[in-house]
Amino acid sequence: MPALDPAFLAVQALSGLSSASSLFITACGLTIVFGVTRIVNFAHGSLYMIGAYTAATLVPRLLELSFGPVTFWAGILISAIIVGLIGVIIEVLLLRRIYGAPELFQLLATFGVVLVVQDLVVQVFGPQDILGPRAPGLRAPVEILGRRFPSYELVLIAAGPIVLGLVWLLLRKTRFGVLVRAATQDRDMVASLGVNQALLFTGTLFLGAFLAGLGGALQIPRVSANTGMDLSIIAEAFVVTVVGGMGSVPGAFLAALIIGQLQAFGILIFPKSTLVVVFLLMAVVLAIRPYGFFGRAEIGGGTHAVGIASRSPLPGRGLILLIVIAVLAAFPLVADAYLLKVATEILIFALFAFSLQLLIGVGGIVSFGHAAFFGLGAYGAALAVKWYGVSMEAALPLGLALAALGAGLAGAFVVRLSGIYLAMMTLAAAQILYAVAFQWVEVTGGDNGIVGVWPSSWASGPIPYYLLTAALTLITVLLLKRIIDAPFGYALRAARDSEARAEAIGLKVRQHRWLAFMIAGAAAGLAGGIYAFSRGSVDPSLLGISTSVDALTMLLLGGIQTVVGPLVGAAALHGLRDWIMPLTSLWRLLLGLSIIAMVLIFPRGLVGTVRDWWGARA
Amino acid sequence: MTLLAVNGLHKSFGGVVAARDVTFTVARGEMLAIIGPNGAGKSTVFNMVGGQLRPDRGQVLLDGQDITHASPQKRFRRGVGRTFQVAQTFLSMSAAENVQMALISCNRQSNGLWRPASERHRDKAVELLSRVGMAEAADTPCSALAYGDVKRVELAIALAGQPKLLLMDEPTAGMAPRERAALMDLTASIAEAQGIGVLFTEHDMDVVFGHAARVLVLLRGQIIAAGTPDQVRQDEQVKRAYLGDARALEPLRGVSPA
Repeated sequence: MPALDPAFLAVQALSGLSSASSLFITACGLTIVFGVTRIVNFAHGSLYMIGAYTAATLVPRLLELSFGPVTFWAGILISAIIVGLIGVIIEVLLLRRIYGAPELFQLLATFGVVLVVQDLVVQVFGPQDILGPRAPGLRAPVEILGRRFPSYELVLIAAGPIVLGLVWLLLRKTRFGVLVRAATQDRDMVASLGVNQALLFTGTLFLGAFLAGLGGALQIPRVSANTGMDLSIIAEAFVVTVVGGMGSVPGAFLAALIIGQLQAFGILIFPKSTLVVVFLLMAVVLAIRPYGFFGRAEIGGGTHAVGIASRSPLPGRGLILLIVIAVLAAFPLVADAYLLKVATEILIFALFAFSLQLLIGVGGIVSFGHAAFFGLGAYGAALAVKWYGVSMEAALPLGLALAALGAGLAGAFVVRLSGIYLAMMTLAAAQILYAVAFQWVEVTGGDNGIVGVWPSSWASGPIPYYLLTAALTLITVLLLKRIIDAPFGYALRAARDSEARAEAIGLKVRQHRWLAFMIAGAAAGLAGGIYAFSRGSVDPSLLGISTSVDALTMLLLGGIQTVVGPLVGAAALHGLRDWIMPLTSLWRLLLGLSIIAMVLIFPRGLVGTVRDWWGARA
Repeated sequence: MTLLAVNGLHKSFGGVVAARDVTFTVARGEMLAIIGPNGAGKSTVFNMVGGQLRPDRGQVLLDGQDITHASPQKRFRRGVGRTFQVAQTFLSMSAAENVQMALISCNRQSNGLWRPASERHRDKAVELLSRVGMAEAADTPCSALAYGDVKRVELAIALAGQPKLLLMDEPTAGMAPRERAALMDLTASIAEAQGIGVLFTEHDMDVVFGHAARVLVLLRGQIIAAGTPDQVRQDEQVKRAYLGDARALEPLRGVSPA
């Protein structure tokens, strides 16, 4: 068997080490930035990508001027420094303004940067992949036990420990390093000692971005710079930092080593799904050690001060509800088929976003992978149709049940965690499912997904399907609203407001959160099932990060403090997208900038702002 | 009659022994204060009784039942109510809803999915609020209340569970002197009327000597003195331990207690 050939094993282990090195250099920057600023920087992957693009463009030009190893490595270093400066710009313009903001807003704002950078990179470097030059002096492969192994990979293997050593020296032997370590332990204490915070944070961002850029620049002889690099590296870097313990550099090194080997040998066990193996590792580590290898519980814990608060009921609620029902029911009389399709999708996403509101707005549980349950509902329904030939009436409940089951399983892991670890774990759950849907081609159809998922005859056609969607959405939203006002919803809010107080009055916080996960998952699954039948097909993108972010953006746009916010947010985001996307190729740039703008100047959302304005007038 | 019995409680963090063979009892209706300099182990002992910390050795008995390893939730059901050093209430809810939430939990209805929470146990909640003088603020959000009032609401929440034992961690921290005496007078009258045992830690010596029936003095994890306020005040070891100043525990001359 070739797999047990010692030469093959040696080469696999070595390539595992070299990918561990690359991963560590990048993740090290992420973990240092988190340690000091407590911001999980989604844009770290974008900085990595910029590093690769810059080096792949810059290094060949430099090599034309003077060919040699010195020029090559100088070019790599210059690229990393340029990325470091971009990190400084991001800190000064954006991060500095959101250090005190709730976690969710920080995550979304840095994701906004991801979107902006995606479009900017295409504008600056062009849409095609850029293949970098090979390193001078390292072109010939070396022989290891009779097998050829690229010598550049050996240099990469050395680069990881070298960077670890240099970072260690920087953190131990310099004043800057002492401040970084002090801030990682207790940020408030450092602030009260009169340290120049602004300079410390800007310096930290430079260091973090420099390391991301270095990680990216080092890749150019191995892979061509491409636009998918940012999200693929950020997923892995998140796993490394979370497994190692957020803020711990040695933890990141250890985690990167383990993950590098897991990827190298995981291929032998699960040829198609190394990503699943990696995320499973994270799930197991977090289940045993909720703060990773070397991480520590947050002092004081994260605050979830934003969310739904008690309000006196609106006068004339019943009348407003009747008007809403009448408008929804009468809409087909005036709308054409296109508008009905748009309205159907808005209703579906309104339900999806509303189900997330139960977790975030009510429970303070910042789930970053809600797409998992939307996708499970859609795939559950589609698989039932494809493999068992059931009708829509049976497939929708099956999808819902699958989503609830998945949410129950994910929730069992997730409710033990808090804050950023929780957000990362939910993200991991969604990414595992995404990988399964993408790679289990025989069952899920892989990238192409499943087609031919059509509604029953009585519900097919734009008008009947719109009415069905409207009815299901309305009923589910009203049920969820009832739950939010019931003791169960109040118990979730109680645990969000003060976990210590909730426990002291006998509330079983974890149990409530687990149930909330299942209810929210089931509702999202219903939305996913309806969506599958509305389009006639499903594909892995339903489970992707961008679907989760869509739901979060809808919440943010509508207002996290309000019950109807997500519904308005869904309509606004979907409407804007339908209206603007055909007009411009820079949709992601616009969306990213709008997300950032919302976080910075409009954090209460549409409904929240209108309500405040109304309240101030009255 | 003994309500709470703490036997040989021991806890160390690494090399630091935070509690060493701590033994004491609280009777029904009695107010017992734990005092000691910073780092003496007050909070450690307190959190072991409250269920936030697990002791290395020793026992905590409530009404003769062993609750040493019970979770905070179980202790609540056994009759332990508590307030926190920094008042913990549900800031997104009104004062009444805070108490209603405790009553809902007490009646095991927190998984209820249908009847609105704000309609449940409303009268009982308002009655509890009026007992702490907060009935008028029933519909005010807790986030809009003054800190002293939040502390009163917290007391009402703790009382909603019909506790036998009330744990109060620095109940008057962050309050004005006049409010301090008022809150402790209120606590004392409720405790006496309902036979609730009260265990509290406190830095304000006026509060301690004005309200506690007995005082325990902790130093480096050990009880160095226990007795009535007068006995403790006269204790030479306590005088020396406390700030190294023999007169630190005497009331200021010419100043009447607030």
